Amino acid sequence: MQEINKEYQPLIVAFCCNWCSYAGADLAGSSRLSYPANVKIIRVPCSCRVNPMFILKAFQRGADGVIMCGCHPGDCHYTTGNYYARRRMTLLFDMLDYLGIEKERTRVEWVSAAEGVKFSNVMNEFAAKICELGENKRLEDLRCKE
Amino acid sequence: MQRIGVFVCWCGSNIAATVDVKRVAETLGQEPGVVYSADYQYMCSENGQQLIKTAIKEHGLTGIVVCSCSPRMHEATFRKTAESAGLNPYMVEIANIREQVSWIHKDIEEATVKAIILGRTAIAKLLLNTPLTAGETGVTKRALVIGGGIAGIQTALDIAEAGYEVDIVEQRPTIGGRMAQLDKTFPTLDCAACILTPKMVDCAQNEKIDILSYSEVEEVKGFVGNFTVKIRKKARYIDEKKCTGCGICMSVCPSKKGLNEFNMNLNNRPAAYIPFAQAIPNVAVIDPEQCIKLKTGKCGLCSMKCEAKAIDYTQQDSFVERNYGAIVVATGFKIADLKYFNEYGYADNKDVITSLELERLMNAAGPTKGTLLRPSDNTHPHVITFIQCVGSRDISGCGKPYCSKICCMYTAKHAMLIREKYPDTEVHVFYIDVRTPGKNYDEFYRRAVEQYDVDYIKGMVGKVYNENGKLMVQGSDLLSNEQITIASDLVVLAAAIEPEPSVRKIATLLTTSIDTNNFLTEAHAKLRPVESPTAGIFLSGMCQGPKDIPETVSQASACAAKVIGLLAKDKLKCNPCVSISDDSMCIGCGTCANVCPYGAITYVDKEFRLGGGKTEVRRVASVNEAVCQGCGACTVACPSGAIDLKGFTTKQIMAEVEAVCKR
Amino acid sequence: MNNEQAKIISELSGTNAKQCMKCGKCSGRCPMFDSMDIKPHQFVSLIAKGQTDKLLESKSIWYCLSCMACVERCPRGVAPAAVIEAVRESVIRVQGQNQLKAEEVPQFVDPEFPQQILVSAFRKYNR
Repeated sequence: MQEINKEYQPLIVAFCCNWCSYAGADLAGSSRLSYPANVKIIRVPCSCRVNPMFILKAFQRGADGVIMCGCHPGDCHYTTGNYYARRRMTLLFDMLDYLGIEKERTRVEWVSAAEGVKFSNVMNEFAAKICELGENKRLEDLRCKE
Repeated sequence: MQRIGVFVCWCGSNIAATVDVKRVAETLGQEPGVVYSADYQYMCSENGQQLIKTAIKEHGLTGIVVCSCSPRMHEATFRKTAESAGLNPYMVEIANIREQVSWIHKDIEEATVKAIILGRTAIAKLLLNTPLTAGETGVTKRALVIGGGIAGIQTALDIAEAGYEVDIVEQRPTIGGRMAQLDKTFPTLDCAACILTPKMVDCAQNEKIDILSYSEVEEVKGFVGNFTVKIRKKARYIDEKKCTGCGICMSVCPSKKGLNEFNMNLNNRPAAYIPFAQAIPNVAVIDPEQCIKLKTGKCGLCSMKCEAKAIDYTQQDSFVERNYGAIVVATGFKIADLKYFNEYGYADNKDVITSLELERLMNAAGPTKGTLLRPSDNTHPHVITFIQCVGSRDISGCGKPYCSKICCMYTAKHAMLIREKYPDTEVHVFYIDVRTPGKNYDEFYRRAVEQYDVDYIKGMVGKVYNENGKLMVQGSDLLSNEQITIASDLVVLAAAIEPEPSVRKIATLLTTSIDTNNFLTEAHAKLRPVESPTAGIFLSGMCQGPKDIPETVSQASACAAKVIGLLAKDKLKCNPCVSISDDSMCIGCGTCANVCPYGAITYVDKEFRLGGGKTEVRRVASVNEAVCQGCGACTVACPSGAIDLKGFTTKQIMAEVEAVCKR
Repeated sequence: MNNEQAKIISELSGTNAKQCMKCGKCSGRCPMFDSMDIKPHQFVSLIAKGQTDKLLESKSIWYCLSCMACVERCPRGVAPAAVIEAVRESVIRVQGQNQLKAEEVPQFVDPEFPQQILVSAFRKYNR
């Protein structure tokens, strides 16, 4: 695990589909593969349930990075859900890039239920990247600040 | 306002060692809406569950948050606990503080803070939860089997055995399928007809089974437990009820030019025919393309001679509509087209045949009455060359990328049978790999080599050409690194198999998924191999992938077991976490129906009151709760935000995001 | 691939030797099979193994007619003729070893040569 600057704790929201990635996260847990504590997982039935609004909301509320994990293409529990998700996210991330949220702050990753190692590696890498980029101020709603 | 109870589990030391559970319980106890909080060593234990139940009753809790292991582990347990205490099971949320916190973090402060945030997130979601009840639908206790080959027959017999009614829809005039065309079966070499025809007769005699031969599925409506299927019964021009199967029409019919499909077009048959002697139903059929009476209006010989008065030239296609609880697809396979393989000269030489044609040439009921004769001049072939993998494992675009699985075994069978019956013949087999996994399979292949002296050549044939009446087979022998040419009398191609083409249409009708090779996709490649992803649709036999007979029969029986399991239920409980559309917001655009992988969304015209006594009819989305699997694709696609997913509503997830982001 | 040369040949040929399923159909159809010391299917398998030394010394490269029968027949979309051509190119490309110029080809022409060889020769040298 990368040594993370104690003063700056980025906030990372991870959307994980119930069937593959959430199970992959569970596997990372049961294999005791650590990843930064500031990665917070939200369980969704399928990656196609992730509304772009959720991601915008996360950035608005001060998230520094958002990652969406789903089943590998072709393995979706609901057959085609991750394809929809992939297209939506491609468009959304392009738009966010245009708005000034660097492409590195958003990410789509396919993690299967067997890929605990991959899950933890991806989270470590992503967190390290976000640490490098620093705080996200672009979309943050200052009214939400205490 | 909700009254929420928070229960923090220690999981022995699994959680308690890195998370300060007392502090988590105390902090979460202060959250708005929370009226009770507790911690306990093992929440999932009998005592732990009792603690939850007591708290629900004593404090009148309307929802509970359990901070414990992954919801994939114990969500169901705690839902049951809540239910037994009189709480709606969907008013339970789990905060995963083991897999996501204690097991991966070492710092107690860090872990405790994260556990609290996850607990808050669960509370935020729970505050927006509403009690959900699983809907119920009835089950029609009748199954439909599409396809009457060995797969369909076995599935139907097994379902009927359990006491349920089954209909078999078969597009050809008789059931029996491909297996009826075979001569002998590997690895025991018993005759296919001897083991298949009794099963066909069983089907005909079983009062629970209704055979709709020469019929096709035309339309499918409904969902698991409640399908309505429209079946087209093609005109036979013969009254099925009157025909006795005596065969007089066949013998008097003057039109003899129709190709005999059952014999792989190796000989001809009359326009009025029964495909083979053991056909079930044993009823003739008139081929309208060949019948002189139907084409010119002059003839009618069969009608004159038919004692049963069964001939009816005016018959039209008819339709039947029936209700089913489950549908089994058992459409089987065909031999792939060899038009892209002109190097083997299949189209130009009569003596280059496919294995299925050889099967008919060897069959006692076949065109040669079981004597192996070359099709071109009816002489006995002395040198026979088999070529394997014709069109299989081919990614050049001409053939099929997959291994057809059965060819290695049937080629060994053919080689063996020929050497057994005609010891004076020389048999060569060009192979790339010999694939014989299976009980007694490799022993069988070795017997062909060791006992029957079949010459197996590792290599592939590059060209087959005709020279002075001999078929010259030029190929490589890789083990001796030579190019060899074998002058043969007969060349047999182990052509690739492909799914019966009509399966595409059927898959569309059933809204079930199909892969690029036209094989139907199973719900899970390993754990649900006989179910399709669409509820209530099951797969039997070759339509799912290449299989030999033993495998087909086992899959057919497995499929029947699944169907029986479904039909045995009086009511189907649905997953309540399904989509729901808000009529007042729906604009009827159709986007959600397009993205739904299950065809769960349809459009209905609904009447709405506008006030002042006026009404308006609008087209709105309607979700079939029995079909919806709750993926949520529609919720995001909906441009007006009318569709939401129960249990994972947009508001709930938004609340979770907010709670997670709160620093 | 463990050999740099094999990588280069593989790139030159534009074919993926790993796709080969070792059926030998290429050699089964090759009209020049008997004249070759290393057979078409061996070209593919040696490239896949990264063993190029034998190939570079092989006389087969000068016997290949570029008739493309092997390419046409291959069920796996591998092009043995392209591999042979690539080996040929790597032999020719060695600096200072260009044996022939296109202008010099006609003086070697033997009327017995099949037309195909001439076409192939011009394809080889006229770059």
